[in-house]
Amino acid sequence: MDRILEVVIAKYNYWIYIVLMMIGLYGVIAKNNLVKKIVGMSIFQTAIILFFISMGMKKGATIPIIIHGQEASVRASDYINPLPHVLMLTAIVVAVSTLGVALALAVKVYKEFDTLEEDEILEKIRKS
Amino acid sequence: MGTEVNSILPLLAVMVSAAVVPILASSRSANVREAWTFVAAFGKVGIVLAMLPHVLRGDKLSFEIAPVFPGVSLAFRVDAMGELFALVSSFLWIVTSAYSIGYMRGLKEHGQTRYYSYFALAMSSTMGVAFSANLLTLYVFYELLSFATYPLVTHHQDEEGRSAGRRYLTYIVGGSIGLVLPAMLVCYGSSQTLDFTPGGILANSGLSRFELGLLLFMFVFGFAKAAIMPFHSWLPAAMVAPTPVSALLHAVAVVKVGVFSILRVLVGIMGFELLLGQALGGILILVASVTIVGASLVALCQDGLKKMLAYSTVGQLSYIVLGASLLSENGLSGGLIHIATHAFGKITLFFCAGAIYVATGKQNISELNGIGRRMPLTMASFLIASMSIIGVPPTAGFLSKWLLITASVDSGRLEGLFVLLLSSLLSAGYLIPVVYRAFFLPQPEGEPTSVVAEWRSPCSIAAMVTSFGCLLMFLSPGLLLGLARKAAELYLGV
Amino acid sequence: MTSHLPALVVTVPLLTAFAAFAAGWLRPKLCFPVGLTGLGITAISSIWLLAEVLEAGTVTYELGRWPAPWGIVYVVDRLNGVVLAAISLCAFIQWISSRASVKSQFSDRIGAFYGLELLFVTGVMGITVTGDAFNLYVLLEIASITAYALIAMGGGRAPLSSLNYVFMGTIGACFYLLGVGYLYIMTGSLNMADLASILQGMRSSQAILVAFVIIIVGVWLKMGFFPLHGWLPNAYTHAPWPATTLIAPLMTKVMAYVMMRLVLFLFGPEYSFGVLGLKDVVVWWASLAVVAGSVIALSQKDLKRMITCIILIEIAYMVGGTFLGNRSGTTGAIFHLVNDVFMTLCVFLAVSSLAFRQRELDMDTMEGLFSEMPFTMGALVTGALSIVGVPPTCGFFSKWLLLKGALEAGHYEFMVALILSSLVCLVLFFRVFEAAYFGHGERSHGHHRMREAPLGMVVPLLVVAIGIVALGLMSGEVISSIIEPALPRGVL
Repeated sequence: MDRILEVVIAKYNYWIYIVLMMIGLYGVIAKNNLVKKIVGMSIFQTAIILFFISMGMKKGATIPIIIHGQEASVRASDYINPLPHVLMLTAIVVAVSTLGVALALAVKVYKEFDTLEEDEILEKIRKS
Repeated sequence: MGTEVNSILPLLAVMVSAAVVPILASSRSANVREAWTFVAAFGKVGIVLAMLPHVLRGDKLSFEIAPVFPGVSLAFRVDAMGELFALVSSFLWIVTSAYSIGYMRGLKEHGQTRYYSYFALAMSSTMGVAFSANLLTLYVFYELLSFATYPLVTHHQDEEGRSAGRRYLTYIVGGSIGLVLPAMLVCYGSSQTLDFTPGGILANSGLSRFELGLLLFMFVFGFAKAAIMPFHSWLPAAMVAPTPVSALLHAVAVVKVGVFSILRVLVGIMGFELLLGQALGGILILVASVTIVGASLVALCQDGLKKMLAYSTVGQLSYIVLGASLLSENGLSGGLIHIATHAFGKITLFFCAGAIYVATGKQNISELNGIGRRMPLTMASFLIASMSIIGVPPTAGFLSKWLLITASVDSGRLEGLFVLLLSSLLSAGYLIPVVYRAFFLPQPEGEPTSVVAEWRSPCSIAAMVTSFGCLLMFLSPGLLLGLARKAAELYLGV
Repeated sequence: MTSHLPALVVTVPLLTAFAAFAAGWLRPKLCFPVGLTGLGITAISSIWLLAEVLEAGTVTYELGRWPAPWGIVYVVDRLNGVVLAAISLCAFIQWISSRASVKSQFSDRIGAFYGLELLFVTGVMGITVTGDAFNLYVLLEIASITAYALIAMGGGRAPLSSLNYVFMGTIGACFYLLGVGYLYIMTGSLNMADLASILQGMRSSQAILVAFVIIIVGVWLKMGFFPLHGWLPNAYTHAPWPATTLIAPLMTKVMAYVMMRLVLFLFGPEYSFGVLGLKDVVVWWASLAVVAGSVIALSQKDLKRMITCIILIEIAYMVGGTFLGNRSGTTGAIFHLVNDVFMTLCVFLAVSSLAFRQRELDMDTMEGLFSEMPFTMGALVTGALSIVGVPPTCGFFSKWLLLKGALEAGHYEFMVALILSSLVCLVLFFRVFEAAYFGHGERSHGHHRMREAPLGMVVPLLVVAIGIVALGLMSGEVISSIIEPALPRGVL
């Protein structure tokens, strides 16, 4: 029991993001309303983004901005890793575009079927 | 042994009819179409004949199309076996084209352009099989033939044609993809080549007797065009096709491609020595015998003339397999010559059946009483061809039968002898009654008694030509025997 | 100029996309020629690039002259060289062929549609050419998002099917991203070549194992590998024809390429095939997927849906072939990838021509099609024979290699699945050909006048059909000079 608690507490950030991911995945799979699915998908993507960012953190480090003229005395361990942040900027853009497309599609689906509940839509398709 | 000579002739022989197809497909006039068919047919025979002297000397003309796998390429090699088959097929194509004109015009059939085009393609594929240098090339042309003949079998585009076509493809393509392809792979995997080699390629493969037996079965049944029972039922079903299709394709080209492929595998891939050593000849003899006797018995019960001839073909094809399974020189020669003699005999019978249909509309044996008086020359051809199928002199069939009987006795396979004699009796049983009815029974009441103008009918003339061929082959068998002996020399080293 | 080829194959379609958007706004008639030029340049560049690789070996291109592993590099070796050539040719041919269709369906939004198609091509070209794991994710999403939009442009059920594709596709891409994150934590690098060398020393790490599994699952989801294929039939069927003919031959095949790149080069054959005894399990599963795909395809009544479901079978072949773990299997899988691009293109273009003329693709209305549209049907027959695996079309030769690989590896179930599915495909296509060939009594003998699709659709289709046969006849050359040397040394 102690070992497990140790592992959880030591890496609590990763655990939080895993839980978030699972919530997001649950939303996409189990929810009936299309917008809720989209929200779930967005939570899933955001959790991964946060995961990446947290992997760049270092103990006692500061934001990775170097003051002009002090490049010589820079030690890498004083600054958090900027690469994941950069990567995640791109990933955020991707997530936002996906979200936009998904919402636009939801609008079209609503126009076509008059509802956003998946079971009702499937009923309508089955009937036609 | 002869040398291997590089030559484009095999490729030309295959392509000459395929090259004509665009002309055939786009021509508006029936005469143009048929004229070009003849041009292609004569061209093909010409090229095949041009290769004959080389083959008789023992040289092999080869041509590589493209290398595809390490150790295997798409290639042609013309040897005695292939030349024999090619000669028979290409010559009979000329005759069948003449016959087709009479038949198709006589019945005012639809879709004649498509018919002649696919016929030409089918002949290309047949030549391709005859001249294949290895099992892969043979497989390629075997498949092409299956698909080229589908529109011919289903020509009438009716319900019967649909189900016949389905059965045709199921057995034939199902057999080739499902059985032949894996068997080919195993052979390639063991020996890194698929070339037809004297003595076969599996001698050092380390396959057990069981595995070799399984391979043998996969090849024999996989080449479903050979109509070995129980994979034979596509053949009677395919009789819904117009008679010229039935005649050439099912008496000569398609089914002969099947048995030819089996012969190539037995002689060039597995090798007689290996089969003898593993004692696999006996099982093959059994399989062939069952087909021979079974098909002949079924033929006895048929009333439809073409159906009866179809079952007769099933039985006769297995003569060739039986000959090869005797695993001896005479057996192989007998089988090869039977390809030629059966071709001429059976095609004559089909020609007669078609001539009767065009002239009188009759399809059943029971309706043929007295027809000999109205179509004497046609029925005389029928008689000669029947004698050839039964195997009595002075017809060609006797030649191949004699060789097969000799081979059976020589190898001590008396069951083979028994089967051959029994099937002659059975053949007589289903063929002679037709002749008897035609000549010796009076016509039914109320039927016209005028003599049909046979000399003006291409159908009857074609039948007479091929029945004459049956006689000719008996009287002067030198070429046939020469080619067969050459083939045996090449593959059996005798 | 030629040294910039790896970058050109991505930037040219990208810039052309913006040109198409602009043209759509200013002068719609220019959209088609603009795209044609762009795709033509891309195709020529890819073929040139392949020629360079064949001559001189792997070509590396550092974007912005940042050296690896800090910068993003584009690496072209024989594997992606041939895939690049295939997909760019496919896109070029499809562009020409779909002109009439696009004009009739999207004349008011032509700039948007063409621009999206060009962006899609940018995405797939980029996925193939990149040598950086994260860059792959970016380009993957470019391709995917444009695909979502293209699919949704068909009316009716298309937006819903696309939305389902969005959900599953995003989850798949995110799995990939998560896996790359794990790899980054463990190795500190995102460059594929660099990762490959660092990972060699990390064989026993749990995190790497998890990364491997997550990445492969993500890729499989995007690829439509059973049972992660649920989005595929609906999405491709309800999409408008011009979109389907572009996306169907390319998207899933490029993802199969990604899988091969990861399994064979990034993680390496020893790891991928050795870890967890995965090799045999995956091949068994692939055999199951082949059978499942065949069953699904058999139960389809609509022609478009049926050919879409055949993609499931082809993808399963590639997965199985890769994980057979021997030279024949891997060569077969790679060759099958190239072949499948063209086979799928041929079949989809042929059916789209049929749909263009016929409107209804019901089995009842197909009668007489062989006389009405002989060239289209001829091409369809060729494509069908290639999918079944009849020589001398290229499909036979890749199938032969897959069968050989299965035989050598002792995976008889995969052999059985391959042969069974070939026969099933034969049945599938023959149902169609029978419907077109046989009539119902009187009508069948009626004289059908030829009413072919427009020349712009028929000519590219015939080119592809002839190409399928030519590729088959040249398969010896292609395999020995391009594919065989592409395999990493670890594959025995």
